[in-house]
Amino acid sequence: MNEDFTVPEKSGAEILIDTLVEQGVDTVFGYPGGAVLPIYDALFQHTKIRHVLVRHEAGAAHAAEGYARSTGKPGVVLVTSGPGATNAVTGIADAFLDSIPLIVLTGQVATNLIGTDAFQEADTVGITRHCSKHNYLVKDPADLASTVREAFAIATKGRPGPVVIDIPKNVQVATAATDVKRPTASRFSPAGEADYSEINRAVELLANAKAPILYTGGGIINSGPEASAALRELAELSGAPVTSTLMGLGAYPASGDAWLGMLGMHGTYEANMAMNQCDVMLCLGARFDDRVTGRLDAFSPDSIKIHIDIDRSSINKTVRVDLPIVADVGAAMRQMIEVWKGRKYKAAALDDWWARIKGWRAVDCLSYAGSTQEIMPQYAIERLFAATKDKAPIITTEVGQHQMWAAQHFHFDAPNKWLTSGGLGTMGYGLPAAIGAQMGNPDALVIDIAGEASIQMNIQEMATATQYRLPVKVFILNNEWMGMVRQWQELTYESRFSESYSDSLPDFVALAEAYGWKGIRCSDPAQLDEAIAEMLSYDGPVMFDCRVHKTSNCFPMIPSGAAHTDMILNSDEVSGTMDDEAKALV
Amino acid sequence: MHIKQELTERHVLTLTVDNEAGTLARIAGMFTSRGYNIDSLTVADISEDHTTSRITIVTKGPPPVIDQIIAQCERLIPVHKVTDLTEAGPHVERELALVKVRGAGDQRVEAMRLADIYRARVIDATVNSFIFEITGGPDKIDTFVTLMREVGLVEVGRTGIVGLMRGSESS
Ligand SMILES: Cc1ncc(C[n+]2csc(CCOP(=O)(O)OP(=O)(O)O)c2C)c(N)n1
Ligand SMILES: [Mg+2]
Repeated sequence: MNEDFTVPEKSGAEILIDTLVEQGVDTVFGYPGGAVLPIYDALFQHTKIRHVLVRHEAGAAHAAEGYARSTGKPGVVLVTSGPGATNAVTGIADAFLDSIPLIVLTGQVATNLIGTDAFQEADTVGITRHCSKHNYLVKDPADLASTVREAFAIATKGRPGPVVIDIPKNVQVATAATDVKRPTASRFSPAGEADYSEINRAVELLANAKAPILYTGGGIINSGPEASAALRELAELSGAPVTSTLMGLGAYPASGDAWLGMLGMHGTYEANMAMNQCDVMLCLGARFDDRVTGRLDAFSPDSIKIHIDIDRSSINKTVRVDLPIVADVGAAMRQMIEVWKGRKYKAAALDDWWARIKGWRAVDCLSYAGSTQEIMPQYAIERLFAATKDKAPIITTEVGQHQMWAAQHFHFDAPNKWLTSGGLGTMGYGLPAAIGAQMGNPDALVIDIAGEASIQMNIQEMATATQYRLPVKVFILNNEWMGMVRQWQELTYESRFSESYSDSLPDFVALAEAYGWKGIRCSDPAQLDEAIAEMLSYDGPVMFDCRVHKTSNCFPMIPSGAAHTDMILNSDEVSGTMDDEAKALV
Repeated sequence: MHIKQELTERHVLTLTVDNEAGTLARIAGMFTSRGYNIDSLTVADISEDHTTSRITIVTKGPPPVIDQIIAQCERLIPVHKVTDLTEAGPHVERELALVKVRGAGDQRVEAMRLADIYRARVIDATVNSFIFEITGGPDKIDTFVTLMREVGLVEVGRTGIVGLMRGSESS
């Protein structure tokens, strides 16, 4: 033994950056501040990691979400202590509800100052404890590498989610040997394949169903492109119709024969009726969210329910199922296909079922009254889709009516192209998410379908797009209202429009120009196609102020607390009031 | 409109967890943030190398909620194992209480007599007070404390419940 042998020491900040590189990180979204200066110094002119300077930490977190959702890789965020961390919390909570893998690195005051109400001290691990998948406060630089490695494993494996690592400033500065081998904890073992006994039973149920349905969700997107491929094959083999949650759009192609459209509150009539009337429901990586089920005691009352999910806590949470299967949904679908083929099952004769579905489709629930005078919001989405579908665009959204219209009228044939805040419903998500998606997909066409109210929530990120020359397009359905709020007030509060008017709007074209973007405004349906073409041909960021009909409502709609069969198809059916039970439901 | 109350069941859960900073806050906070009840919670280091703790939680809720509670506990990274003792079969539950009573004359005699019946031990005595130590199931302790109220209860300290499965297997 050579007693004099000294292991090379590095600072916590250097160890952190080295470990990020080792984990394959090439992009970090962040904002500097006192408590992360050592890390920023280690990043200075770094050759492997590109730092994207956002304009607000919420923007960093949403940008990392957009990057993650569109690339399938975890998004990395770096923010300072106190206000830096608290500003990022909305994005962390958003990623938690939508199962997006994030690594959020937050600076913290030095360990000896923790608990003293020091300058820019916030209890970041306390604040993020219940909106992250896991979090850490690292107190020794020797623990950093193993913590970061475990954090990446936790964020990406099983049901993905955000992991926060809080790093006190003195831990960033202090040095530690770089060869310390802490045991990489084996305490995290996500579900993989399903039990064949369960798979056999699921295949049997599906093969013998007279009215089956595949109810798919974001879990399929998270499981990876192979899971989407497996879904397509399973749908083909079984002949069953496919519907999806907001988060799962694109897993099954909207152009596919079995596609019923999205289900739930603003889903299609055919999807919701088929969910209600099916005899076997195969739920794949979805979680029976209240926006999907409507009134629970009337939710698909006569079906046998099979639920495949990687997170056991998602099973039997709100809806009791008959066959729970805890497994990776992609792996489980591949097992089902294998068993199906091995036993030479034939797709059941589903003619009667499809005939009924055809009847529901004939209702044409997404139709709307057109206009030659004004741009109808649905029409704007249709034209945007028509102009871009061959370019396989990545679409992000804000939150509101425009989000639902986009989900209804923009159609996705591939996974990872639809980035929206489903679980938390965060206004201000779309622009930073588009920036993150563009960073991860430099050649893609990335469009944020926005509302005039939502876009103002993270409008400052326009400068980020300018700085990094990101040619994102923001397509605002400007109805001068917080349309979704106005719609609820019309339907449930007798049109008392309390504080839902978007007053004092900026001139979006002038604003675009002020940030170095191109601004386009259009209010004439006859000129819409041309204006969209102008937006698409511009090699740079564009803000498109699309002036649409102001008081359109988004239908179909299942009012809160109602059953799938009580869907409102158009505004004639609307009463303008609702009882307290229903009001309380949302 | 009124808020509906649901029928609940009492369950005793034991959790094997990593003994690290924040674990207790994570578990206790998860109960609060998801609206679950904690009737009692105990925690102590149980392994030789001090890396593992056992937490015993007494909770109540309708059966589907109990199932969710278990699933949500299992979802937490530092939680290794959750056992629902109430479901798992025969088990024992014990709690320890320290009970201080004050009094003179007959009251004092009566307190001692009751303590004897309940097998409570005197661990501190002054001319006008006792502290009793009593262990047992929660019902026994409840009854003892109620009786002591009659003879001059001053204060009570309780550990909360710990529990184990009966038989040779670990829970
Ligand atoms: C951060 C945040 N605050 C409030 C809400 C509630 N909310 C949901 S939709 C909406 C209105 C959105 O208006 P706009 O962006 O113009 O979209 P529109 O519905 O008009 O298409 C509001 C206020 C929310 N979802 N997120
Ligand atoms: Mg609006």
